[in-house]
Amino acid sequence: MTEFSFWDILRNLLLAARWTVVLSLVSFIGGGIVGAALLFLRIGARRGMRVLSRGYIQLFQGTPLLMQLFLAFFGLGLFGIDVPAWLAACIALILWTAAFLAEIWRGCVESIAKGQWEASASLGMGYLQQMRYVILPQALKVAVPPTVGFSVQVVKGTALTSIIGFVELSKAGSIVTNATFQPFTVYGLVALIYFALCWPLSKSSQLLERKLNVAHRNH
Amino acid sequence: MSLIAITEVKKRFGDNEVLKGISIDVARGEVVAIIGKSGSGKSTLLRCINGLETIDQGSIVVAGAQFLPDEVHLKALRLKVGMIFQQFNLFPHLTAGGNVMLSQMVVKKTPKEDAEAVARKMLDRVGLAHKFDALPDELSGGQQQRVAIARALAMQPIALLCDEITSALDPELVAEVLAVVKELAAEGMTLVMVTHEMRFARDVCSRVVFMHQGRVHEIGAPEDVFANPRTPELRQFLGVQ
Repeated sequence: MTEFSFWDILRNLLLAARWTVVLSLVSFIGGGIVGAALLFLRIGARRGMRVLSRGYIQLFQGTPLLMQLFLAFFGLGLFGIDVPAWLAACIALILWTAAFLAEIWRGCVESIAKGQWEASASLGMGYLQQMRYVILPQALKVAVPPTVGFSVQVVKGTALTSIIGFVELSKAGSIVTNATFQPFTVYGLVALIYFALCWPLSKSSQLLERKLNVAHRNH
Repeated sequence: MSLIAITEVKKRFGDNEVLKGISIDVARGEVVAIIGKSGSGKSTLLRCINGLETIDQGSIVVAGAQFLPDEVHLKALRLKVGMIFQQFNLFPHLTAGGNVMLSQMVVKKTPKEDAEAVARKMLDRVGLAHKFDALPDELSGGQQQRVAIARALAMQPIALLCDEITSALDPELVAEVLAVVKELAAEGMTLVMVTHEMRFARDVCSRVVFMHQGRVHEIGAPEDVFANPRTPELRQFLGVQ
């Protein structure tokens, strides 16, 4: 039987952690883009679009990410489309992230005082101009801490993709455990790597919140 | 011809009829004070003139621009009347100068240099030329309100609506804002102001409108309205018996 050193285990886990990072980045950036589109539909003037967007958000917030992964992976397969695990993982995570980010950002936009809308309207600005020059610049400031905070959830969410066979950190953990029979060491290391990824994000979210609040103390 | 013609305007919020048929004509250069208890509909009326509230019946015409609730008509209306709010509503992410420049550049497509020149002129007019680069946070309430006035003036409106613009100010800051308004009035700007400053209304305004329960209860020259209130409601409001 082959012997595995501690270094072998760690090296394999770190190699797999790259995929966790890549998947997190793809989900977060993709989710951000889709989320921004959802946000505009959600708070836009067209009622049909508002309802549609709200339905989407409720659907994705109201079902487990695991089910969404299964549906993306097996669901499309039913139509004869062969979906590789990495693609299903990306799609499901992007759609899931988008729903949460859209809702977080909606809160930020709505936190901007009504007077800002009225003042800009009374100066003759149209809806898009109000958004572009008055509301979003303020809302973005409010949005940074919760958005960075949510990125932690995205990183941890990627762990679920192991279940459809995408080899990221968690999946690598179970593979290495099966080979080494050292579950405590392996999963301990897996947890530490997740923590090393997430903790700086949580911490920076806190710092940003404090920093941006100072700049915004009177509002 | 009157500059602002308000005819039989009605407005309700749900079951609550806030304006029950208001008709007021404001001539060019007039300074009209609207007084009344809170809930009498005076702020709502002002907001209707600027299109911040829609009206249910009647018509509002400002220098030929009819109030219609679509973006094109609203914009035409708002280019003619500026509005100043109780809470100043400066854009907190922009400097005083930026506040005055923004709508010129965005709405009127004025080039930046010209907008800046106008902004400096308008801030100078309200006595704040030296605060061009200050953020709203760094200004006192009175200064913020004066920037808000400069911001409205930069759009070259033909009339200004003032919605209780001194109510959120500390007493010692009220005078500096009223001084600016008084100067505007002297220069011939048409002003419609909802106010609790009775002395100011008496000294500066050409007409006073007393609103009560969604109607124009009394209207007239300030010396008449304040010296000879005809109705018990106005007498009670003014605290004279």
